[in-house]
Amino acid sequence: MGEKAKGRGPLPPTLPSMLHHHIPIDPRFAFVIIFLNVYQKGTVFPMIRDVENETLPREDLEALQLRRLQAVVERVYHLVPFYRRRLDEAGVKPGDVRTLEDLRRLPFTVKQDLRDNYPFGMFATPMSQIVRIHASSGTTGKSTPVAYTQRDLETWSELMARTLAAGGTHRGDIVHNAYGYGLFTGGLGFHYGAERLGAAVIPVSGGQTRRQIMLLQDFAPTVLTCTPSFALYLAEVGQEMGVDFQKLPLRVGIFGAEPWTEAMRSEIENRLGLDAVDIYGLSEIIGPGVSVECVEGKKGLHIFEDHFLPEIIDPATLEPVPPGEMGELVITTLTKEAMPLLRYRTRDITSLDYAPCRCGRTLARMHRLRGRSDDMLIIRGVNVFPSQIEAVLLETPGVAPHYQLIVDREGQLDTLEIQVEVDEATFSDEVKQLQALAKNIERQIKDYFTVSVKVRLVEPRSLPRSEGKAKRVIDRRQL
Amino acid sequence: MKVEQISVFLENKAGRLAEVTRILGEAGINIRALSLADTTDFGILRLIVDQYDRAREVLKEKGFTVGKTEVVAVEVPDRPGGLALVLQILARAGINVEYMYAFVQHSGKNAVIIFRFDNLEDAISLLQKEGIHIYKGEEVYRL
Repeated sequence: MGEKAKGRGPLPPTLPSMLHHHIPIDPRFAFVIIFLNVYQKGTVFPMIRDVENETLPREDLEALQLRRLQAVVERVYHLVPFYRRRLDEAGVKPGDVRTLEDLRRLPFTVKQDLRDNYPFGMFATPMSQIVRIHASSGTTGKSTPVAYTQRDLETWSELMARTLAAGGTHRGDIVHNAYGYGLFTGGLGFHYGAERLGAAVIPVSGGQTRRQIMLLQDFAPTVLTCTPSFALYLAEVGQEMGVDFQKLPLRVGIFGAEPWTEAMRSEIENRLGLDAVDIYGLSEIIGPGVSVECVEGKKGLHIFEDHFLPEIIDPATLEPVPPGEMGELVITTLTKEAMPLLRYRTRDITSLDYAPCRCGRTLARMHRLRGRSDDMLIIRGVNVFPSQIEAVLLETPGVAPHYQLIVDREGQLDTLEIQVEVDEATFSDEVKQLQALAKNIERQIKDYFTVSVKVRLVEPRSLPRSEGKAKRVIDRRQL
Repeated sequence: MKVEQISVFLENKAGRLAEVTRILGEAGINIRALSLADTTDFGILRLIVDQYDRAREVLKEKGFTVGKTEVVAVEVPDRPGGLALVLQILARAGINVEYMYAFVQHSGKNAVIIFRFDNLEDAISLLQKEGIHIYKGEEVYRL
């Protein structure tokens, strides 16, 4: 984007003016503020809301994390019977946490633990301290409730204000918030964050697409927040209604709550005429506001590490993976009061990048989600995620994104067959061309995973389609 | 001088070939010639039909992957050494035959062979120069 000159509305607040608005900034950092203000004058405002906490040097951040980790372990040990039991079983006392390395000695928390303690067994505060209860969608079982104290809501609002700011939102913006309001954390999370930031929120929630298109034209919001698939749906319906999105003042979109791809980002940006950034969160941890991409970088999501301590583990061995490698994201909440969680296994597959970002944040960036650990296959000892195979297929010109993985065992050996649909772009009347296509995919997968696979070409639409999640993997191994 | 051939991707599953011929039959399309190349996993059915566009349309409607290739229909004397003569001409000129198959029907006393070349134009001009008769598309569809 960038070709379209859009009205930016009132100027964003300057950093000094932010000092008057509930942003605690250590006087020691005053020089930074003056410097940034002078440096950035007339150019784009650095969209960092909490300069102190979002740009901490690593050692200061780790010192803060350790203090907070010690406090949270102490609290859950004394306040949550479930954690006392788990910590006792692990032979760890709160006083044993002396360095961040000691995190590895703490027990994991999994979704089933929340179900086992349904409904309120994981809460660390009495109901008299709790002011809000949300619940997870419950798509994979009974929904699990999560709770917030007044201070948790403050923290969440502040983190969502940071999130919106990282995406390029500021005071004077109008935020069209099409995340669902209700038990789901998306709608209210964005709502409170936008208000905290000083932007105007339209709490439109989900559904009534044609009415939403009307509001996008009449109320002229500058920021769109919704799921990426809904953003594309809006583009489609708007197009049918003859709306020219390039003429609307929409400037940025903050999209999440479901995995999406770089290809979808380009399509959304082109069709809606805005900058699209990815946001990540889950209700068990806080809701949206765990991590977000900065609009300057659009390369990985900054985790608010002063509140959430991330780890990446191998889902099979539960051991940490080497830095930068892919694995399951595990989060320990550092400041949550009502429902703190130790080493919560998110099941989401990503990797962490600690390299400095051009936006100035020192917070680690997680790679856009690469899949779920539930989908992970172990083929002859190698961890393989369907999403990785999908990525290889998408890079192969002409291959349709419809595939199915068949895992089987011949004798003692695991076999992986990838069924790929042949469409008109890849089809040839010559056998050798089609065989070369299959061989080419096999070779690329082998290069990537060091696992030999067999590619079988199948007719289009012979692989099952489903409305929601496609059934990508069939495991025939009798283990 | 070129003939339009339809190719259809088939999985190696019982009934797929029957399905294609059924669809074409119900649409009133007559198959003039066909060949099936098969591997352990899949097959490629190549067809010359009397109504190319209609055949393509009905097969795509039913979800088949359909391709279009231009091939050459060559008249070959129906006697010992007839085909060898044509192939020798091609071999001398270094023209490679990707695949070929025979027409079911004869044209008078001669056989009709379908050739697929990488370099179609060169093959056509060579054969014509050597006095080999090549059919026009319309002739072939009506044979």
